[in-house]
Amino acid sequence: MSEAAAAPAIELIGISKRFGPVQANDGVSLQVAAGTVHGIVGENGAGKSTLMSILYGFYAADAGTIRIAGREVEIRSSGEAIAAGIGMVHQHFMLVETLSVLDNIMLGVEGGALLRGGMRRARAELARLSGAYGLAIDPDALVGELPVGLQQRVEILKALYRGADILILDEPTAVLTPPEADQLFALLRALTAQGKTVILITHKLREIMAVTDHVSVMRRGRMIAHLATAATSPAALAEAMVGRRVLLRVEKPPRRPGPPVLAMQGVGLRDARGVTRLSEIDLVLRAGEIVGVAGVAGNGQSELLAVLAGLAQPSRGEISLDGRVLGPAERNPAALRRLGVMHIPEDRQKDGLVTAFSAAENCILGYHDDAAFGPGPLLSPSRIRRHARAAFAAYDVRPPDPELKTAKFSGGNQQKIVLAREIERAPRVLLVGQPTRGVDIGAIEFIHRRLIALREAGVAILLVSVELDEVMALSDRIIALCGGRITGERAAAEADERDLGLLIAGVTGEAA
Amino acid sequence: MDWAQTLAVILDSTIRLSVPLLCAALAGLWSERSGVVDIGLEGKMLMAAFASAVIAHQSGSAWTGLGAGILAAVALSLVHGFAAITWRGNQIVSGVAINMLAAGLTIILGNAWFGQGGRTPSLEGEARFADLALPFAAWARETVPVLGPLYAEMVSGHAAPVYLAFAAVPATALVLRHTRFGLRLRAVGENPAAVDTAGVSVAGLRYGAVIICGVLCGLGGSYLAVSQSAGFLPHMTAGKGFIALAAVIFANWRPVPVLLACLLFGLLDAVAIRLQGVSLPGIGLVPVQAIQALPYLMTVILLAGFIGRATPPRASGLPYVKER
Amino acid sequence: MSAAPVELPVWADAGLVPLVSVTAALLVAGLVVIGIGENPLEATALLLRGALGSGEAIGFTLYYATNFIFTGLAVAVAYHAGLFNIGGEGQATLAGIGAALACLWLAPLPGLLLVPLAILAAAAGGAAWALIPGWLQATRGSHVVITTIMFNFIAATLIVYLLVELIGNPGSMQPETREFAPHAVLTPMHRLLAPLGLVLPATPLNSAFLLALASLCGVWLLIFRSRLGFAIRTLGANPRAASYAGLSVSRLTMVAMAVSGALAGGLAVNEVMGVQHRLLLDFTAGYGFVGIAVALMGRGHPVGVALAALLFGILYQGGAELAFDKPSITRDMVVVIGGVIILFAGALDGLFRRLVAAGLGIGRAP
Repeated sequence: MSEAAAAPAIELIGISKRFGPVQANDGVSLQVAAGTVHGIVGENGAGKSTLMSILYGFYAADAGTIRIAGREVEIRSSGEAIAAGIGMVHQHFMLVETLSVLDNIMLGVEGGALLRGGMRRARAELARLSGAYGLAIDPDALVGELPVGLQQRVEILKALYRGADILILDEPTAVLTPPEADQLFALLRALTAQGKTVILITHKLREIMAVTDHVSVMRRGRMIAHLATAATSPAALAEAMVGRRVLLRVEKPPRRPGPPVLAMQGVGLRDARGVTRLSEIDLVLRAGEIVGVAGVAGNGQSELLAVLAGLAQPSRGEISLDGRVLGPAERNPAALRRLGVMHIPEDRQKDGLVTAFSAAENCILGYHDDAAFGPGPLLSPSRIRRHARAAFAAYDVRPPDPELKTAKFSGGNQQKIVLAREIERAPRVLLVGQPTRGVDIGAIEFIHRRLIALREAGVAILLVSVELDEVMALSDRIIALCGGRITGERAAAEADERDLGLLIAGVTGEAA
Repeated sequence: MDWAQTLAVILDSTIRLSVPLLCAALAGLWSERSGVVDIGLEGKMLMAAFASAVIAHQSGSAWTGLGAGILAAVALSLVHGFAAITWRGNQIVSGVAINMLAAGLTIILGNAWFGQGGRTPSLEGEARFADLALPFAAWARETVPVLGPLYAEMVSGHAAPVYLAFAAVPATALVLRHTRFGLRLRAVGENPAAVDTAGVSVAGLRYGAVIICGVLCGLGGSYLAVSQSAGFLPHMTAGKGFIALAAVIFANWRPVPVLLACLLFGLLDAVAIRLQGVSLPGIGLVPVQAIQALPYLMTVILLAGFIGRATPPRASGLPYVKER
Repeated sequence: MSAAPVELPVWADAGLVPLVSVTAALLVAGLVVIGIGENPLEATALLLRGALGSGEAIGFTLYYATNFIFTGLAVAVAYHAGLFNIGGEGQATLAGIGAALACLWLAPLPGLLLVPLAILAAAAGGAAWALIPGWLQATRGSHVVITTIMFNFIAATLIVYLLVELIGNPGSMQPETREFAPHAVLTPMHRLLAPLGLVLPATPLNSAFLLALASLCGVWLLIFRSRLGFAIRTLGANPRAASYAGLSVSRLTMVAMAVSGALAGGLAVNEVMGVQHRLLLDFTAGYGFVGIAVALMGRGHPVGVALAALLFGILYQGGAELAFDKPSITRDMVVVIGGVIILFAGALDGLFRRLVAAGLGIGRAP
């Protein structure tokens, strides 16, 4: 790509944004050349999404300047962003599921107070765009009935229909299988070939290397580096993202796993709408081993955790603990906890904590029936506080104030509260979902060490994480999930990213 | 009285009784389709009934009264909007507040101004909506069998607000289905973030819907005081705002079914009034209260999914907060 | 537009914000008084004297406060479980029916047995009428708000039917039952305290007041000090965390609604067994709805509920006396004040928090 003398498509200068105590963006500057794919990488919470939301007029920046094609603009609303030629594909699609594809595409640019005329024009324009970019879609289908990949297509068409010259994609592959992702990348290249500019936000380095021309790295609200993709490497990017050399390999002594503890046989799960979420899951967890689950988000990982934790009832198959099949009365979270099956949920704020409660109260969540916490049907606040203080000391929770509202702790310390609560009672089986999502680097290492220590102590651990690196670093064995099925299993020592990528995409091990 | 005549009379009172329900239910539909739950329909109708009666009495014009009733209801709607949209307050709480506010204020002000225990003076002449005779009504009654009396009793001979209320049904359906505003409104009740990112103001749309809701409540309340009755009586809405809420649920938040639900509930009311103290052969004395409780019971059963399923707009009741 | 909710220190959150919103509500009421051509200061003085100026006045005030404690606690308990019970009126109606049937049918029993049984019947009636909406939400997904509204109306038609067709007193022109036997009713406070040497004026205040005080303590223990209360608060604050923690959401929903309904039944105990000594139409008189204001103003805490109930007791009793002196200011003024308090302390909570925060210099207005 030539660095043309023409003005950059986008120029951000000194953008700052603060949410309460959090400085989400701190003097961020960025230049994006027209007709290129520009990647922005950074860990969760690095400020990428906030920056793009400011560019798209979703938030107003506290300070800073935005120039589009050399002209200074003020973007105070999404409408002004659209007018400036910016389109955005959000990580959570901004679609109305009860409306048709055409309605969704027209929304906001109907072209007149009555729909009839605009609808005819929109139908024609949609057909043209579909043809031009090879994005086939049925304009009359209800969006809610389309698969995720097609919904994303609607989002992209929506932006193009509004005449976007600049397209921002926020973590677009989080919901895509690798082949779908490759299709998307081909589309992005086609778009830049026609002069469009693309900003790709992701934390997956593979994608940056595969599709971008330039890459900018964000860390803790600041812009750390601007690099030409060709002149960098995943290792260098990772280092820039976290601010020091990353130990992608966790120190982990070899260990022979013990006897089977938890086993699933032919487990299937249908959701309330009758859609199959899991099918024919056969899985054994042994004492003292970590089994990692690799897969694209939405391929059954959450459901697998839910079934094992007793939060969802399998529609078929059986689950056994120590060789004994669990009956329906035992397949609920309370009974499973009593049997030693503990659970660190994927989303600590939505599931694992009551953020409005004090930290001490959260330390007894799920264990409030324990006789240690009070006489008879009553609870003793002083005993609950004392218990929390001990846990905070053991797990280095800061600040060590049991009375503080849980919402006021940082992500890492909130995760430590959950961790402390679930592992202090010597679990036999530990279900772990996204243990380090939104957690600072120091806490990540602490959490990883604790998980390895539990493995040493003979706990059977199931690890679900969207971070393939984390799965590969911690696990003894890795299973790949695709479309709710186990598509393959590898010993961690033998697994490599390419191979796992194929399994995740549903290309079975035998065929690969 | 022959059967056709009896039927015509019952259907006629069905129409009259369903008008306030219809206005309030359409009002509720507008508000809820935009994502704002409104259990304050009752209070808004009551306030409108009071304001319209007072102004109709003072001005001597029913139409001026109607205007005042609409203004009063819209004012309360804006209070609801301010709490629910601008300040993202609890919409149920706000609705309860508006109902109490209206119940208390109407009586206090009525009592202070007219000293008749909360009633307003009786409306006469131009201060009350007269029944309009449609063309050929008298002729049809005499000459056309069955359909003639039906036309004369049921279709003809109502006051202007009745026709306005019924006209509001196709108007609502058409605006929702075929206009830009309607499309945006349907979208904002389902996923306000989609509307916001499309560059359209969520608050603006919701305020628009809430104001339309006020206008329709104003029409319904004014009809009660200035057309159906000749003045305001304390608590004269008597739960109609809540039956309307039931009708909206019953109709699955769609305009034409709302009309049918309101007519059904109006018919139940008309039948209940007619059966008061009547002993039917084979059944005996009909417990009128059972018929009166039917709309509520049916709504509970429907909501519980024992028959059909009621699915409200997905974002209804939820204040819109931009996600970080 | 408002931004994220403001964080306030606990004392400001629990004390100052309700105080400011109630003051603002009273100011609005003052404007209404001015609007109808009366002097609000004079009205306030008359009101306070009427509510607190004599032993008799205080007795009446506490009698009204008893009703508000029950209905306020009812709303508060449900609210802690994340449920909005606006069916207090209907639940109290069913409680009244339960109490009346017990008092009439079990009249041969001695008072020591009959009165507790009748109170239990009232609690059971109220609990049942709240349990059904709770059960429907827990198992069928229908929202308690709508169902409890509908149940208010169903209860209203049910009591008419019963009083007109089945248990009404044939000798009476009113739809009401005959008077209960003297041993089936609650003891008035002035008689209850007479043996202790306390001479009180005769007022409707009766032993239900003691039951209300016990309920305040009981609810505090239940919500803030018990395992069940912890579970209920968890459900209310984060239903997904409740499921994760292994709590039975449907069971807790039903339990919280039943407790809420039983508390609303206290209104019937006070009115039907304590004062009227018969079941009559409309004895709930809107107390159930005012209970929403009491709970919101009291921030769901029993101490707050007690204070808010006292305020409404003063407004009710003082309002009655005021209406006597100033016929233009009817008792409905209290309904208006209740409505405005619900609006300010409930729906516009965000606005008032922002105002208080600005006053304290916390955070910045946008």
